[in-house]
Amino acid sequence: MLMNLFKFKGGVKPPTNKTQSVTLPIAQAPLPSRLVVPLHQSIGGMPQPVVQAGDKVLKGQLIGKADGWISAAVHAPTSGTVLEVAMHVQPHPSGLDALCVVIEPDGKDEWIAHGPLDYAAMTPEAVREHLQQSGVVGLGGAVFPTHGKLTASKTIPMEELVINGAECEPFITCDDLLMRERAEEVVRGIGIFRDLLLPKKVLIGIEDNKPEAAAAMRAAVQALGETFVVVQVPTLYPAGGAKQLIRVLTGKEVPASKRSTDLGVQCFNVATAYTAWRAIAHGEPVVSRLVTVTGNVHAPRNYEVLIGTPMGELLKLAQPHPDTDGIIMGGPMMGFLVPDRQVPVVKATNCLIAHDDRLFPPKAPEMPCIRCGACARACPHELQPFEMYWFSRAKNFGKTQEYNIFDCIECGCCSFVCPSRIPLVQYFRFAKSEIWAREREKNASDQAKTRFEFKQLREEREKADKAEKLAKAAAAQAAKKAAEAAAAAAESSAAPVADTASAPTVTTSTDAPSATTMEATAGPRAAPENDVKRATIEAAMARAKAQREAAQPKNTENLTPEQQKAAADIEARRVSAHLIEPEPVAPAPASEKPE
Amino acid sequence: MDILLAIAIMALGAVVLGAALGFAAIKFKVEGDPLIEKIEAILPQTQCGQCGYPGCKPYAEAIANGDEINKCPPGGAEGVQRLADLLGREVKPLDAEEKPKQIAIIDENTCIGCTLCIQACPVDAIVGAAKQMHTIVAQQCTGCELCLPPCPVECIHMEAIGENIDNWKWKYPVVEIKAAVAPLKAA
Repeated sequence: MLMNLFKFKGGVKPPTNKTQSVTLPIAQAPLPSRLVVPLHQSIGGMPQPVVQAGDKVLKGQLIGKADGWISAAVHAPTSGTVLEVAMHVQPHPSGLDALCVVIEPDGKDEWIAHGPLDYAAMTPEAVREHLQQSGVVGLGGAVFPTHGKLTASKTIPMEELVINGAECEPFITCDDLLMRERAEEVVRGIGIFRDLLLPKKVLIGIEDNKPEAAAAMRAAVQALGETFVVVQVPTLYPAGGAKQLIRVLTGKEVPASKRSTDLGVQCFNVATAYTAWRAIAHGEPVVSRLVTVTGNVHAPRNYEVLIGTPMGELLKLAQPHPDTDGIIMGGPMMGFLVPDRQVPVVKATNCLIAHDDRLFPPKAPEMPCIRCGACARACPHELQPFEMYWFSRAKNFGKTQEYNIFDCIECGCCSFVCPSRIPLVQYFRFAKSEIWAREREKNASDQAKTRFEFKQLREEREKADKAEKLAKAAAAQAAKKAAEAAAAAAESSAAPVADTASAPTVTTSTDAPSATTMEATAGPRAAPENDVKRATIEAAMARAKAQREAAQPKNTENLTPEQQKAAADIEARRVSAHLIEPEPVAPAPASEKPE
Repeated sequence: MDILLAIAIMALGAVVLGAALGFAAIKFKVEGDPLIEKIEAILPQTQCGQCGYPGCKPYAEAIANGDEINKCPPGGAEGVQRLADLLGREVKPLDAEEKPKQIAIIDENTCIGCTLCIQACPVDAIVGAAKQMHTIVAQQCTGCELCLPPCPVECIHMEAIGENIDNWKWKYPVVEIKAAVAPLKAA
């Protein structure tokens, strides 16, 4: 291909070990005894289970509903019965549990009703929505929901669409076999991405150790009359890293803390394109994927495997040698030993390697760093791993961030070349997760602080309100007292009959001046403060009475004349028996405000 | 004449510099004590009062005024270390035992709805109403234990936050010591 290729700095050439698993065509893995489908299989929100134990499900039926936009739906991989929705161990280095739907297959593998979609007639939004509902995620390993990457930027024109078929990690051949056997569907899938993003150029990057795949893809592109360019890139790990492949194909270097879309480049894996085409052209959600089973096995091969198949059962198909002592998910550079043989295959599982001490000899003990700089020469991101190592080791996380630890893609080149066999990537992962944990703690403590300060503010405000209220009440009381005193003085000066001066009954400061005209109810006058006290008591009694009356049953309307008469009779009897006081003619004067 | 000129120049300089300093003092005035803010940023904001002060800010003020830096159990030994680094003081062991991070859980069958815990919670992490069941908003709970003593029916208990896939952390790489070494030593 006459195309100017670029280079990225660093990289290593580990033994590829790919030839073992490409001799046989893709085989369909048989139905396992049971399927454990984790709900959280993509970046973003955790899908919510929509089935429960005992439900019958069909192949392709929705079992986990996408939670938010960056989240993808999860579907039943075969027909059968849901045994439970429970916590199960995950294919994750922690060996911790997460929510899974466990399905017992009924053996019929019966599809739910599905059919092709005419995507040319659909709006781009509908296509993206459909891809989300079909659970299409990036199958290169990052499992980012694909629909989230298919919105073209309004400001930056889309220059290149890069399709990643490099598959640079040793042992893994699932993308190779996919391109060899299903090139046409891959190219049609790329066509969907092209139609949504409208790039100027579409570049398909394939490492030059896969000539058959490149030839198949070229033939498919030609047969379909597309203008995609199939480019063979030099075999160099990690050429399949998104930023590295973009660099090799376009010469654009994606800066730290920026995305490739900021430069007008978007990148997808070939397997993602294939599943997108299946979702659109056949209406099939992602319920299976290709997995390379290799390593210490008798018959390494690629299998089409249902999501949720226990890894132990899948490995048995390739007849592992008896000294196999573990399963690596992913490749030897970036993969990890799974915590249990029963962990399920998920959308991120591209390869299982049977582990033994012959293929992966135990690492010799870590020696001190001799500052040779080999790691910095090997780093494809031009970082300084030795500096990051010292600061991670000393737990000086601020400094690791100054050395851009978050640009590290954990490809393992530095650990691979280190003559002191220092597990550099492990130090970086440790530092990264510590920094994230601190970030979370900081956010939580900031939130606690604002909430505490708000509570204090609220309490202060309530206290101030209460004090203000009390002050107002005291002022009103004082005014009342003064008015009463004045009234009393006026009365004593106006009427010489001082000993029968009226004590105001229920009154307020506003109608206090009229107290002189009120009926005298009190006997001989005591000290003025006694008067006030009694007045308060009477006021309280009047209030209580008013409340009692207000609380009386309100079912006395709409009564028949007989009922009214009966009620009146009863009332009369009660009055005559002195059970209650007779109804007052005028309503009792109520206090203006309760104290 | 020369001496007068020199005095005039010096006086002019003094006036100009004085004006500049006066302007800077107004323009770049720092509200509050920045040291207290720095100390408070290190404290974990649980507002638990285990240090003997009614909240993290009063303790930050007390530290700035010379109080010990090892009175904050939720901050842990790491918090003491960071305070020591900030203030240039000596690291001291924590004067209480360090506990794993925990949150309060209300046994909703026992809760009588007395609202006492709601009033005690410093971060408003408990919801409920009088004679209604209360519950704790787990995301907001700081694990300060202040709701435990007021509860009349002892229906609140603390539960350590377990590890899950979302908060799991990669461990510090350690060198494995081979089992073969032990028998050699024994022999």
